[in-house]
Amino acid sequence: MANNVYFEDVSVGDKLPEWSRKTDFMNWNRYAAVNDEFVYIHMDDEAGRKGLNEQGAFGMGNLRYAYIVNALQSWIGDEAEVREIGCQFRAINQKNDVLTVVGTVTATEVVDGEHRITLDIDVVNQKGEPTCPGHAIVAVPSRAA
Amino acid sequence: MSEQAEPETLVTADMIERKGVWGEPRVSPPVSESDIRKWAIAVYWPETPPAIFWDAAYAAGTRWASTIAPPDFNPFAWPIVTKKPKSAPEPAAQGEVKTRKLRGMNGGQVETYGVPMRAGDVITARNRLRDWEERQTRLGHTLFTYSELEWRNQDGELIKRRVSTAIRY
Repeated sequence: MANNVYFEDVSVGDKLPEWSRKTDFMNWNRYAAVNDEFVYIHMDDEAGRKGLNEQGAFGMGNLRYAYIVNALQSWIGDEAEVREIGCQFRAINQKNDVLTVVGTVTATEVVDGEHRITLDIDVVNQKGEPTCPGHAIVAVPSRAA
Repeated sequence: MSEQAEPETLVTADMIERKGVWGEPRVSPPVSESDIRKWAIAVYWPETPPAIFWDAAYAAGTRWASTIAPPDFNPFAWPIVTKKPKSAPEPAAQGEVKTRKLRGMNGGQVETYGVPMRAGDVITARNRLRDWEERQTRLGHTLFTYSELEWRNQDGELIKRRVSTAIRY
């Protein structure tokens, strides 16, 4: 279904459906391959430890950002648009972490005729620790249109 | 009479000169369907990515009328790296700004998206130092610099604008 969410059906406080990935070299290497992001700290445990992460190699911030995009797009559907994402990388993505994108609607408004939903977002690990707090804005269709 | 201390600043002359000045643009190779498909597979792994990124028949029935790229798709990946000619501009002309050698950290980013990228698009990127501010933090005197990256397609439409914050102290 192309349209999953209509503006009128969303309220402040609504939760973004959770979107999760268990991350390890299978995810990181594929991302390195498409983004030409071959950096030793993401590929080699010894390099990761030299980079002051005791557990070794760790995941790319850019991939975590992509997971935020995926979570939003999965929620709103193919025909709606991710309009803005802002975030800060606050914690490391360790090997075998289960990352879950979470979000809460903080505002709904019409801007220049576009029906926008603003959310607080984060990517939490399996311990519930926030790793990437921020916000997002999506543009969705209106039932009135 | 006691000597008055110079006000502390981490702002360099180069920053002042470069503020608001766009660097030389970079142009991507044409985006291909295969680039988009592989990107989508990677960021959705191990699940099958949404059809809008790889199934032309499905995408033809959407408002986009063709497959599109995920907003985070990078058309500048895998550049051909050649030896820099002597006439090549210095880094500052590409939008890089000389700052003092300080400790630093990534302060995050905000990306605003316009139209989606599609196969055949050629994307032009340009950067500039947009602004900065200095203030006292728990790290001491701290400089926050805001750099702006803009991507437009071959029709001049905005693809995205990224404002990145660098923290130096």
